[in-house]
Amino acid sequence: MAKHQTPLLDQLETGPWPSFVSDIKQEAAHRAANPDGVDYQIPVDCPSDLLGVLELSFKDKETHWKHGGIVGVFGYGGGVIGRYCDQPEMFPGVAHFHTVRLAQPSGKYYTADYLRGIMDIWDLRGSGLTNMHGSTGDIVLLGTTTPQLEEIFFDVTHKMNTDLGGSGGNLRTPADCLGQSRCEFACYDTQDLCHTLTNDYQDELHRPAFPYKFKFKFDGCPNGCVASIARSDFSVIGTWKSDIRIDQDRVKAYVAGEFKPGGGSHAGRDWGKFDIVKEVVDRCPTGCMSYDGAKLSIDNANCTRCMHCINTMPAAVKIGEETGASILLGAKAPILDGAQMSSLLVPFVVVEKPYDEIKEVIENIWDWWMEEGKNRERVGETMKRLSFQKLLEVTNIKAMPQHVKEPRSNPYIFFKEEEVPGGFEHDEAAYRQRHMR
Amino acid sequence: MATVEYKGKTFEVDEDGFLQKFEDWTLEWVDYVKDSEGIKELTPEHNKVIEFLQDYYKKNGIAPMVRILSKVTGFKLKHIYELFPSGPGKGACKMAGLPKPTGCV
Repeated sequence: MAKHQTPLLDQLETGPWPSFVSDIKQEAAHRAANPDGVDYQIPVDCPSDLLGVLELSFKDKETHWKHGGIVGVFGYGGGVIGRYCDQPEMFPGVAHFHTVRLAQPSGKYYTADYLRGIMDIWDLRGSGLTNMHGSTGDIVLLGTTTPQLEEIFFDVTHKMNTDLGGSGGNLRTPADCLGQSRCEFACYDTQDLCHTLTNDYQDELHRPAFPYKFKFKFDGCPNGCVASIARSDFSVIGTWKSDIRIDQDRVKAYVAGEFKPGGGSHAGRDWGKFDIVKEVVDRCPTGCMSYDGAKLSIDNANCTRCMHCINTMPAAVKIGEETGASILLGAKAPILDGAQMSSLLVPFVVVEKPYDEIKEVIENIWDWWMEEGKNRERVGETMKRLSFQKLLEVTNIKAMPQHVKEPRSNPYIFFKEEEVPGGFEHDEAAYRQRHMR
Repeated sequence: MATVEYKGKTFEVDEDGFLQKFEDWTLEWVDYVKDSEGIKELTPEHNKVIEFLQDYYKKNGIAPMVRILSKVTGFKLKHIYELFPSGPGKGACKMAGLPKPTGCV
């Protein structure tokens, strides 16, 4: 028998998708039965009360979580988010319901042993509920009490060799795609870069000193499996400089039906014979491809790395050999200002240990943003407020056509006199005599 | 609302142990909070941080950004964490009697 009646939540279970309500109910039943004899350190009916408080929120159309809460572990300013219920007497199991963030492994590779280890700690000291993974990419442990925090911190660091993630105005837990470990499209070793920068920027990760959050994400190629361009302040996206490699014999094999397009991903129904012109050439956003019935040609100078031809015919068309990454800055979700995507800052950088070139860009941005950024202003907003030119200046990057969104239709970029060979003279007073404001 | 009694004084605190009223702050409060924030002995450096936080709060009605705290006191962030192990937001602001800094999820 459930502790609270939850008719509104129950409706969420009737949809075609897996339901978090069913998951929480399952955990509530498991904790009540306690088949493993766990000596629970927080209230046993924490998951039941979580359902109860959510049902009440649905009924009242108001949240019953208080705003804010400051809890943490010694030495760190982030990683734990305080959460308190404003109806603690009705729902004592979630009076405290703090979230703990843990750094996930690069590429999210786990062993079953590791996951069991994390869950043994979390069943004992928390609600047993997790969010794998949060939008930032980290392991999110949902719901524990203040006295358990130091214990959890000790256990995850000593037993699991795992550190807390980021929260507050700091570097958030960096995230990457699985990169070259599994993927032929990856243009650099995302896992190594992600892991190295996580280790190098421990201070920034654990001790908040930024105006607001700052996220790194590393995509191995423009397919963007971690969506860095949309979700991270500092997006690193794999790219290549040299020509796309084409194996003409294999192109013919695709046309003849010997290879399945898209790696056989459209196997569910019969889409008819593969039509290379319709499905690849005509789909090219810049129209830089042609197929004359025997040979596939690509005008590489006009390729924008959309990945469609490579995704459709991976056996025949491959990324260029000279690989590296592009760095983009400033994506964010809407808070102060609307949502925005990252803007291209460094068109091409060779990604090689010890990554000094990338770190220089990062640190220049941080120095500038920490000095100029307002409280709760993402770097993308600082960039918009103070201009992209200012960003180029502080990062010592020269303006180039790639920085202009549509260089062919909008070629304008402001240059200072000293940036133009020979300079130029401008007499504002004389100009205004001829041109009214 | 929870209350704390210490050396003859009574303090109203929230669930994170922050003072409800800035005016309630006294030296006894600092002494009371010290242990739970992992501070063994109070030094002039602790007082410098506390005094600055209080000054800033009286003038501006909010806690300063970490960067400003660091700049004015001349203490690097790492040193502030050595002084206040639970950090400037939790430890130092709590000791100085400032209200809880707003959510930083």
